[in-house]
Amino acid sequence: MLKYITKRILITIPVLIGVVFLIFVMLSVIPGDPLTVMMGEKVKVDVIERLSGTMHLNDPWYVRFAWYLWDALHGDFGTSYKLSRSVSSLIANAFPKTLLLAVSAAVLSWLIGIPVGIFSAVKKNSLVDHLFMGFALCGVSIPAFSVGMLLQNLFNGTLPVSGFASPRHLILPAAVLGWNAAGTIARLTRSSLLEVLEDDYIRTARAKGVAPVWVIAGHALKNSLLPVITMMAIQISSLLSGAVITETLFSIPGIGRLTVDAINNRDMPLLQGTVIFTTVVIIAGNLVADILYCVVDPRIRVEGGK
Amino acid sequence: MATFEQAASLAARLAVDSVKERFSPEERLEAIRKVEEEELDYMPQPDTLKVKLLNMCRENKVAAASAVILIIMALAIIFAHKLTAYDPNAINLMERLLPPSRTHWCGTDELGRDIFTRILYGGRVSLLVGVIPTSISMFIGIIMGMISGYIRRLDGVIMRLADIVLAFPSIVLAMVVMYTLGATTSNIFIALSMVGWAGTARIVRSQTLSLREKEFVEAARGMGVKKWTIMFRHILPNCLPSLIVLFTLNIPDAILSEANLSFLGVGTQPPDSSWGLMVSQAKLFAESSPWMLIFPSLAILIMVLALNFLGDGLRDAVDPHMKK
Repeated sequence: MLKYITKRILITIPVLIGVVFLIFVMLSVIPGDPLTVMMGEKVKVDVIERLSGTMHLNDPWYVRFAWYLWDALHGDFGTSYKLSRSVSSLIANAFPKTLLLAVSAAVLSWLIGIPVGIFSAVKKNSLVDHLFMGFALCGVSIPAFSVGMLLQNLFNGTLPVSGFASPRHLILPAAVLGWNAAGTIARLTRSSLLEVLEDDYIRTARAKGVAPVWVIAGHALKNSLLPVITMMAIQISSLLSGAVITETLFSIPGIGRLTVDAINNRDMPLLQGTVIFTTVVIIAGNLVADILYCVVDPRIRVEGGK
Repeated sequence: MATFEQAASLAARLAVDSVKERFSPEERLEAIRKVEEEELDYMPQPDTLKVKLLNMCRENKVAAASAVILIIMALAIIFAHKLTAYDPNAINLMERLLPPSRTHWCGTDELGRDIFTRILYGGRVSLLVGVIPTSISMFIGIIMGMISGYIRRLDGVIMRLADIVLAFPSIVLAMVVMYTLGATTSNIFIALSMVGWAGTARIVRSQTLSLREKEFVEAARGMGVKKWTIMFRHILPNCLPSLIVLFTLNIPDAILSEANLSFLGVGTQPPDSSWGLMVSQAKLFAESSPWMLIFPSLAILIMVLALNFLGDGLRDAVDPHMKK
């Protein structure tokens, strides 16, 4: 198991470097001089020369990449062109808000998705099952901003529809983000529980007279929730994706909003910083989930350790 | 390995030669026909793809209905100019923000443009964005996946590449690509293809890994078939069922991604319309003129929902073991 975990951690290193490299290259090929974006057209020549030196703008791209990597490892992602603050402090400021939003959406999606999935699987092909699954599929099929705008109009006056001042501000965005996630979780829980319910050990449990409720709650659920755990890790990625939309719509000053602002302001260091940070969070989340999965499911340990 | 392959092909040739000497061509044909008939008698033939699809249509009414709805929508979008007399971009300030009526089925927007017309024309973008990037990304994904699964030397590199792409939240990567290339419709195709290939590559790779151990592939190898021929003539056709399912389920993802990009301002640019852009343009007017928000949202919902239902149905019919 230790071998598997070490291997898993080592694999993330080239991926991390690749991610930084990809973003760096994509944003380096954009025409335009960073100093012009930063300070407008009227800049003195000596200022340009001095800043070009300290910002490594005169070096070839691979030297700049090395510097960027080196600074990033020390927690320095440069300074935002537009906001004139260090990118790391902007991110540190924004991330807790995104985290709060994502966590409340995730908890909401588990609280709704898992029971709905279990109920649908138990009452397979009943009217309730079809209704629940229709609801779940709608959650995955409708753009988040459509739902968000509808809710903003429905609840305008009763609930705060934009900003991030109190927990009440969190209700609508978390609902929008949570519905989508709940749909995925419900569908996965249902299909995985249905699969487990056909196993031999469930038939044995039924045959020896275990109460139907306990067959589900005590026997089947344990195994069927394994893939759901993996899903929760993949969710981190989709929640952060969704946060870009939800934060823009509800004016929440989180990472997603910061990314969109960086794009609109052509603020390269900020964009680089937020994208790399988001990606690192996802990679770390996947790593934790894989390790967790390996702890709860011994089969992975055996196959993966080979 | 080479020696084993040579030995196997030699053995096969020897067997054929010995049969050739002993029987006349007619006798041989007769024997083959006999064996085939006998096999047909007691061997249950697996359903062909066509039979499976027909069965699905008969048993899964929702999937069949979804297919019909999709065909109707596609036809309506393609023949938009025949269905409506309005110009999608014609500004008519006398008729701004009208509620749905007999003349304007879905009402008009803030510039007096007919929303029903704009939905039909905007559907062209959504439909193209659904089909083209999905086709490109699946094409790349299939090739990468098969190479990765069959030529093991390249496996590590390709899969790490896929890991890198999958590490990004898809919308963020697409946003960065759009930012780098500039917001045009053809760049949406590139951005979504770049984001989408990795998932396909992973699935094709895992299928290739299991198929390459099957007897028919080993037989082909033994007969000295080239590896590219094995990959494209023997392995690829066996991946086809899951690829069809994957294709159906990737299209709605692409449509939603385009909608999200347009909402963020880096997707389709005005005056062109796409459903996502129409929804986001409705933002300021959503309270007073909810039809501006509701009808384009419904268009996205219905198309994506139908595609998802169809994809689920196809998966149950042709490839029940596949996980999304």
